[in-house]
Formats: sequence, structure tokens, C-alpha cells
Amino acid sequence: MKLHDTLSGLALLLLALLIGWNASGFPEVPGQQIGPAVFPKALAALLALCAVLLILRGRQATTEQAWVQLGAWLQSPLHRRNFLITLACLVFYVLASDFLGFLLCGIAILSVMFYALAVRPSRIAPLAVGLTLLIHTLFYKGLRVPLPWGVLSPIQW
Amino acid sequence: MSVAVWMAALDLVLDAQVLIVILGAAIFGLVIGCIPGLTATMATALLVPLTFFMPPVPAVAAIVTATAMAIFSGDIPGALLRIPGTPASAAYANEAYLMTTKGQAELALGTCLVFSAIGGLFGTVVLILFSPSLAEFALQFSSFEYFWLMILGLSAAVFVGSGSRLKGSISLLIGLLIACVGMENPAAHPRFTFSLPELMSGIELIPMMVGLFAVSELLRYVTDMAPPPVVVATKIGNIFGGMWRLIKTYPLQLLRGSALGTLIGIQPGAGADMAAWISYATSKKFSKEPEKFGTGHVEGIAESGAANNSALAGAWIPAIVFGIPGDSITAIAIGVLYLKNMNPGPTIFINNPQNIYAIFLVFMLANLIMLPLGWLIVKLATKVLNVARNILMPTILLFCIVGAFAVTNSSLGVILILCFGVIAFVMEENGFPIAPVILGAVLGKMLEENLVTSLIKSDGDALLFFTRPIAMWLAAATLIIVTWPVLKRARRVIDSG
Repeated sequence: MKLHDTLSGLALLLLALLIGWNASGFPEVPGQQIGPAVFPKALAALLALCAVLLILRGRQATTEQAWVQLGAWLQSPLHRRNFLITLACLVFYVLASDFLGFLLCGIAILSVMFYALAVRPSRIAPLAVGLTLLIHTLFYKGLRVPLPWGVLSPIQW
Repeated sequence: MSVAVWMAALDLVLDAQVLIVILGAAIFGLVIGCIPGLTATMATALLVPLTFFMPPVPAVAAIVTATAMAIFSGDIPGALLRIPGTPASAAYANEAYLMTTKGQAELALGTCLVFSAIGGLFGTVVLILFSPSLAEFALQFSSFEYFWLMILGLSAAVFVGSGSRLKGSISLLIGLLIACVGMENPAAHPRFTFSLPELMSGIELIPMMVGLFAVSELLRYVTDMAPPPVVVATKIGNIFGGMWRLIKTYPLQLLRGSALGTLIGIQPGAGADMAAWISYATSKKFSKEPEKFGTGHVEGIAESGAANNSALAGAWIPAIVFGIPGDSITAIAIGVLYLKNMNPGPTIFINNPQNIYAIFLVFMLANLIMLPLGWLIVKLATKVLNVARNILMPTILLFCIVGAFAVTNSSLGVILILCFGVIAFVMEENGFPIAPVILGAVLGKMLEENLVTSLIKSDGDALLFFTRPIAMWLAAATLIIVTWPVLKRARRVIDSG
């Protein structure tokens, strides 16, 4: 998805203003003229300047550019779906890992992704289980990362 | 430089655990570099969560080895498929592919391998000879010099090189603003934390790197419309045949590529890819047979193949001596050095000399074992290139999740890789480079510290920023870099009219 430079510039200008406004609420350090707001305010000012330049450049552009130009992949249902599935897998892990535990989440994520990317169906289950166990062993046993067990706690090993 | 320190360093490197890590990282780097779409930077980002659990020397050794290998093995799909495995191979991928079509795949790949190793060793020798004396000089630096040095490095990263300078500057500012989050600032005031206790210590660098360089790459893969590359099964014979003759034919090219590559690497913001492009162009310009370039001629490959690997070592000079990264790989490495309490800067040669010399030795070792391991990966190349990417990519996604979780021990890490993955994906689609974001995020805290210290010292007198001699030169150099495009345009206007 390609935004027109003017649009990106406007969004960045808004961001810079928000940062500057938020930073102006930072307290002063007693007895010193350099408070915590100085550096972020300076950065916000520079960002605002760059944003304005970007807007100006967008206005000067000689070639006609759409405000929002959808990439080729956004017009392909398959690629759009795969993009969303990838993001959904990450969100799913954040929401479900405490309850389901790493193993079940990992198997679910790999299965869905394999299915979406057209891995041969007969291979999906063994690969998803095998690879999840491999990563689990590497991190849980090898590096002692406390990956959550969730509902599988009773059979924890 | 005392022998005792070198012996202590050798002791650190010849530890079984370190050697196993080096071997593992080498294979990892070779495989990742060989697969198109998986870059050396991504290899580094994926390794970082693992290095989190290692002592300092193996942690840095893993990164050094994996990147050196990935930069070489990026040449393999370049030669066999005309698709560079990493951006650093793009400059001569076409040339190498044309050699393959002429039946000279062995010569092309052998040149890539041997000249990569020699270039890497050249850069390492410069690194070893140059950085201790540079560090001694840097001991005189105060916050003013550091402030200007960082500004110089950051502006060079944005203003030198290809791409939009304006968009690069915006990326850099975003990175610097990310570094502002949390309460680790001179005033210890929580900034931009949205009252979330998790953000008090700032945004964790590792999940951010994994998001920016790995998750974004996965998103690009699942949205890639290009058909998968077809690998023609080619039997590759002895790649070392004729190499000695080639070195004797092109000694000047080898030396020039290595030297230029190291210099470009030292310069902040310009990494292995730019070294390869510039060296390829230089090679063509000074060649006796420039008409052969672009028809499958080995000369340019020899020169730029040496250049990209020597740039890798060169980039470590400012990284170790000043803590200023030369490219996105060293930016990630600097993050690791901080995590390992090996804070880069000139004092590292006083406080931890054996660790730094151990890293130098790892550089040597990595470039030496590149020859046998590189030979092996070339033999297996058709298999590696045929690896089922629809199985590999989801596995990398799960690896990213676990890596992010391992660092934060909470789901926050996963949220961060998700956010930064999407941010990087959208930014790249709109032409905003990603490397400046990580440079800004890594250097932001140090830049602010030096700015605030300098401002307090100067007590409102801005002139003090320019009166110390070295600071003045650094300031002048920054000014030239930033105004260079304007000066160039002005000259063009005067010339034309």
C-alpha cells in the first residue's frame, strides 16, 4: 500500500505535533535548564520540518500519483489472506499462549501457516508437531526459557 | 599490544563452547545467506535472541561468523539463479549468472568464495592494526566530540548513499524518538510510556530488531507475487581450480577491492552492499577490458566480492572504538555488546582487551573456515536453494515468537515484533529505509546523554560546541555532508547557466 507523499507527510506532521505536545508536559529539573523535554522536543521539531518538506515535495510532484495506491498483492485474495493470517497468528499467540501454552499455540500457528502456504496436507500435522517440539526443546530445555505450558501443565516435562 | 592479552584472547576463542557456536553460526549464516529473501541482517536479528543467553565472546562470535558467511553465500543464488541472496551480492549477480550460463559456474563461485575470504582477512588486519591506536586517540574525546561524532555518523548514514535523503532522515528521527521511550534519560523522567510499567525501561531492542528485520521479511514473503525461482540442477565441480592463477592475474583488483571495501565499511551508514556497488564500478572504470563487463567477466566479481566482505570488518572499527555502527548489522551487534556489558568505546581496550582481541581472532577464524564450509555449501547449493520455503518461513515465524518471548519473558515481546514488523513493512512499501531506524534507536540514548552533558557544561554558551579543535573538525565534516547535495545542485546550476 503506497501512500501519497502528501498523506505520509500529514500523518508524520500530526505525529510530530502529538510528540511535541506530550513532551511539553514533562516537568523541569529543579536547578537546571536542561529538562527531559529538550531532546524529544528537538526531535519532534526536526520531524515536523521533514514532514512539511515531504508535503511540499508531494505537492510539487510532476507525475500524477494516487492518494492511496494499493499494491498488487492487496488485489490478490490469496496474498491478502496470507498477510492477515500471518498477523493473526502473532495476535493469537499474544492472546492464547498463557491459557493454551506454547506447544498447542505453536502447533496451531504452524498448521495454519502451512495450510495457508499450500504445504501438502498429509505433511502438515507431522511437520507442525515435530518443528514445534524442536523449537520447544531448544529454548525450554537448552536455553531454559520459561515457555508457558498452559492447559498442558499436568503433563509438563 | 601485549602477547599476554593475545594469549588470553586465544584461550577465550579456543574454548569448545565457543568453537561449537562458531561452527553452528557459520552453517546458519551460509544457509540463510544462500536463500533469496533471507538477508545477512535477518540472520543477525534471528541470532540475537540466542546470543542473549551466551557469555559475551561466543555471543559476538556468533554474529561475526554468521554475517561473514551470509555475505559470501548470498553470491550463490546470484550465480545460479540471478537472484542475489543478500543485497550485498546484487552488484555482480548478473555478471556471475552470465558466467554460469557460459558454463563457468565453478570459476564464478570459486572467485566469490576465495576473494570473499581474502577481502575479509584484509579488513580484519586493518581492524586489528587500526582500532587500538584510534581508541587511544579517542580517549581524549569529551562529550562535545562524541556528540559531533554521533551526529556525523547519523547524518552520513542518511545523506551518503542511495535513496531519498528526506525519507532516510524521517526514518532516523523515528528511531531516535523510539529511544526516548522510558525513563532511562538524564532526568530519569518516564517519557511516552502511556503509564505502562513494561515501557518504563524503554522499548526492548531485541524484539524491535526481530520485528524490523525478520517479521517484515516474512510479511514480504507471504505477499510476494513473483513465482518461486526454479533451480536448474547443475553439477558443480571443483571451485578452487584456477584460483591461484586468478589471484596472480588480478592482484591489484584484489587489493583495491579490499582496501576500498574496508574504507567504505568504516564510514558510518555505508555497508557491504554499497562497497560492492562502488567496487564493481571502480573495477570497470580502471579495467583494461571494460567492454567485457556485463558479459560474464570475472574481473569485477573478484574486486567487488572482496570488497563486500572487507566492508564487514571495516564497519566494526567505528562500532568498537566509538560505539557508532557502520551499518545495520553492526547496529544490532552494538545492541548485543551493551547487553553483554561490553560497552563499546575506547575504554573497552583498557577494561576488556582480551574480549576485543578474541573478537578479532574470531574474524580471522571465520574468514578461514569460510573456505571449507563455503565449498561444502556450494556442493549442496541446489538442495539448499530447493528448500521448501513454505515450510521454512512459518518455522522462522515461530522462532521469532519464541525469541521475542525469551528476551522479555512475557507476551510484550511478541506484541513488539508484531508492531515493528508491520511498521517496517509499511515503511518499506512507501520508500522509507529501515536501517536508519535501528541506528537511531541504538544511538538515541547516548546522543541525548552527550548532548545534555555538553549543554550543561557549556552553560548556555553554544560556541563551546565548536571551540575544541577535534569537535570543530567533526562539526565541519557534518556540515559538509549535510549541505553536500545543496552544494552539488548549486554547482550544477552555476555550470549550466
